[in-house]
Amino acid sequence: MRSAKELIEAHGPVERDVYLDLENSSPVLPEVVEAMLPYFNERAFGSPTITHKLGWEAYEAVMEASQRMASYIGASSPEEINFTNSETEANNLALLGGCIANKDKGFKVVVSTAEPLSVDFPCRALLPKIGFNVIKVPVNEEGFVIQERFEEALDKGTILVSIAAVNHEIGTIQSLKELVEIVRDKAPNALFHTDASDAYGRVPFNIKELDVDLATLSSYKIQGPRGIGALYVKEGVKVERIIEGQMGTQTLWPGLENVPAMVGFQKASEIAFKNFDEDVSHMRRLRDKLIDGILSSIKDALLNGPKGDRRAPDNVNVSFLRCVGEALTMELSFKGVYVSTGSACTRRITLPSHVLMAIGRRHEEAHGSILMKISRRHTDEDISYVLKVLPEAVERLRSISPA
Amino acid sequence: MFEEFPYEELPSRVPLLYGRKVLELFRNPKNLGRMDDADAMAYAGSPVCGDMIAMYLKISDEEVVEKAKFESYGCAANIAAASILTEMITDKKLEEAWKISWRDVTKELGGLPSVKYHCGVLAVGALRRAIRNYHERKGKLPDWIPKGETLEEKQALEEEELAKVLSKRFKLE
Repeated sequence: MRSAKELIEAHGPVERDVYLDLENSSPVLPEVVEAMLPYFNERAFGSPTITHKLGWEAYEAVMEASQRMASYIGASSPEEINFTNSETEANNLALLGGCIANKDKGFKVVVSTAEPLSVDFPCRALLPKIGFNVIKVPVNEEGFVIQERFEEALDKGTILVSIAAVNHEIGTIQSLKELVEIVRDKAPNALFHTDASDAYGRVPFNIKELDVDLATLSSYKIQGPRGIGALYVKEGVKVERIIEGQMGTQTLWPGLENVPAMVGFQKASEIAFKNFDEDVSHMRRLRDKLIDGILSSIKDALLNGPKGDRRAPDNVNVSFLRCVGEALTMELSFKGVYVSTGSACTRRITLPSHVLMAIGRRHEEAHGSILMKISRRHTDEDISYVLKVLPEAVERLRSISPA
Repeated sequence: MFEEFPYEELPSRVPLLYGRKVLELFRNPKNLGRMDDADAMAYAGSPVCGDMIAMYLKISDEEVVEKAKFESYGCAANIAAASILTEMITDKKLEEAWKISWRDVTKELGGLPSVKYHCGVLAVGALRRAIRNYHERKGKLPDWIPKGETLEEKQALEEEELAKVLSKRFKLE
């Protein structure tokens, strides 16, 4: 096994660090870390199911976290919040658990072609294997579900629909309310699940107004700790457990509750909703500064996803023609800017992101895509720095390319 | 209906831990650029693949590589593989250059993650295509060039074909 040590040494220092890879992981906010610390070994480190003081303290912490999070999304009770160890687990629970609980009503599942991998992969592998039929509805060139095709795919035998509230790669804010209404009309037996990981804390998202049955929430995407996610399950909606073990305070996801992470998730949520409107306009302004700066200073750069109010305030996704994303990711790292790309290498070939394929990008356009996410803590100086180094990085890689 | 990628082609995202040599050549590639007066040149891969190498050779009357240059549209491993191959063949007889395999290139780079082996394959594929073309244009293949394509030439072609097939599949929707 090769060590990463020599890579880190060879990397060397940078003028400034700007971490824009919030899609894949994030730095936990200092206030969040501070809130979590006592819960590791000072207080509430018991199991919330045991009848002693440390257990009661833990129980109190779990309840408070559930209550607060329920209030942020407009849920009616804390029992509707089910913590899992990640949004990947929450999505799997929603899809598999939702289908299995509803299998007497039909076997059809409807999703879009641009869902995140923790929805897309179960739909490719697990669900077909246990007898469910997955229909993928196309999206348009901006990532919006094509409503006519969506309607055509739905019927009484449809038992589950999963459409992300905000696309994780290109920031499309889906017209979720309309889609839910269509489902209620055409597929009365279906549960509506939405992966709201990219909406939570950045795009107004109210469970009551939307009337969805299941919703996935993510902690690290709002700079809470990793290792925690949640699935909202509307009261009365039946979801089957997909893993078994010691039951704790919640019945859908067995195992010892990760109390410090729940406290961190709650704290990050609190911060996200405290100055929500100001934060969102701040992110949106920086987003547009970055997008406009890129498009005006670098030629042959294409914005992926919609513009303006229909785009998530944190999302910037641009394809640089005649560049390969992975090389650009490394080149930018040497300048202290951390991003990610949609394309990934396999044994034989570079595979473009399925989301960019779904919106009709050509392979050579998708290979040069870079995903950047802006947080509420980024500054104008951060974005100016990115705009300074990005053109040089793209220019160097293009100068190597024969294409 | 939307046709899927074959499941076994799904990216695994194993960490790509490159060696120091790959990093060095990525940042400061040797023998980079077009060569307008090349005696032989060839491409392997395509923009659709996300990997493409152009190899240029200046060849003496004694069939020695006097100068080799490359261009690359690809990842760091791709750039490094093409760059190191140009160094490995400079001042070599064409016959010796022909014998360099993708394994030799990988070794010279201090190893590559397995998902990046195809970068070495592509670099050697481009070189061998250039050498083959050079002799074909002269009208006669020397006996050290087999009639049929070698592994690297075949795999470069396979990658180009696979990329075409996959990009067509996606267009069906």
